[in-house]
Amino acid sequence: MRIGVVTFPGSLDDRDAQRAVRIAGAEPVALWHGTHDLDGVDAIVLPGGFSYGDYLRCGAIASHSPIMAEVIQAADRGVPVLGICNGFQMLTEAHLLPGGLIRNDHGSFICRDQRLRVENTSTDWTNGFTEAQEITIPLKNGEGGFIASAAELERLEGENHVVFRYLDVNPNGSLNNIAGITNARGNVVGLMPHPEHAVEPGFGPDTPDAMRSGVDGLTFFTSALEGLLARA
Amino acid sequence: MPTIVVEVMPKAELLDPQGKAVLGALTRLGQSQFSSVRVGKRFELTVDGEVTDAVLAEVATLADEMLSNSVIEDVVGIHVVETAAPAGASV
Repeated sequence: MRIGVVTFPGSLDDRDAQRAVRIAGAEPVALWHGTHDLDGVDAIVLPGGFSYGDYLRCGAIASHSPIMAEVIQAADRGVPVLGICNGFQMLTEAHLLPGGLIRNDHGSFICRDQRLRVENTSTDWTNGFTEAQEITIPLKNGEGGFIASAAELERLEGENHVVFRYLDVNPNGSLNNIAGITNARGNVVGLMPHPEHAVEPGFGPDTPDAMRSGVDGLTFFTSALEGLLARA
Repeated sequence: MPTIVVEVMPKAELLDPQGKAVLGALTRLGQSQFSSVRVGKRFELTVDGEVTDAVLAEVATLADEMLSNSVIEDVVGIHVVETAAPAGASV
C-alpha cells in the first residue's frame, strides 16, 4: 500500500511522516503541492509545519494549492486523509473538516508530550486503538486552539466526530478539550498533536517503562494500512 | 489607480491574543485609558482598470471565501479608495 505525504513550501514534518509510513509497513510516496498528481496513492497525509509562513491564516494558502483540488476529490471518494497540525489547519481551511484553529489562549508556542484519550475508534486512522484508550504523543503548536460555533460543537459531539481529547491539561484553549476530529465518513481525520513523532522506540515520548520508548503514534498509520489491506 | 480595501477582524467573541499583548504593552507605557485593543487585517487590492459592480461583487466573494475565514473572522468593511499614482509614474 502506498501512502502519499504532501510537501508544501514550509512543511517541516513531511520526512517524519514518510518515516512513520515506512515503519508502519507501507510505502511512503512524496507528493508536491504544486502539481495535480496524487500518483495513485491509497491514502494521504498532510504534514505539520508552517506552510507559506502561516501567512494570511495558518494553512489558508496551502488549502488553495493545486494538489488540494485532488486531495478534496480523493477525500470525497473515501480515500483516507490525515491532517497533522498544519495539515489539520489546512483541512479546516479546505472545509473538509469543520471549525477552525486560533492562537493558543496563553499566547505562547507550546511543545510537550501530550496525553490524549481516543474518543472514536471507527475512523480510518484510529481503528487499531481500543475505545477510550489513553495515548501520549508530542504536541507542538502556536495556533492550536480548536473553535467552532455552538451549533457545530454540539453536532461534533452528538455525532461522535470528536476523535481525540486532551487529558491532564488543555494546552491551547481548545473548546471541549478537542485535539482532533473526523468527518461523517471517518476517512478524514485532523489533529494538532503529532503521531509521526512517536513511532520508533528511542525517539518517542518517555513512558513509565523507558525513556523515549513511546510509540503510540504508530497505530495511526497501521490503522490506515490495515484498513486499506482489508478493502483490497 | 483605484484600490479596494478589505478589512477583516477576529470575531468579537474570540480572544484576540495579539490585541491583548498590545494592550499589555500600552498599560506598561502608562497608557491606562484603553480598556481593550483588537488587531485585524487590512488588504489593499489595486485594480487594473475600473472598479465595476462586477469587480466589487467578486471582491466581496473573495473576502468571504479566501481573505477571511468565517469561523474565526468577520469582514467588517469593503470600500474603494482612489490612490495617487506613484511619483514618477506616467499617467
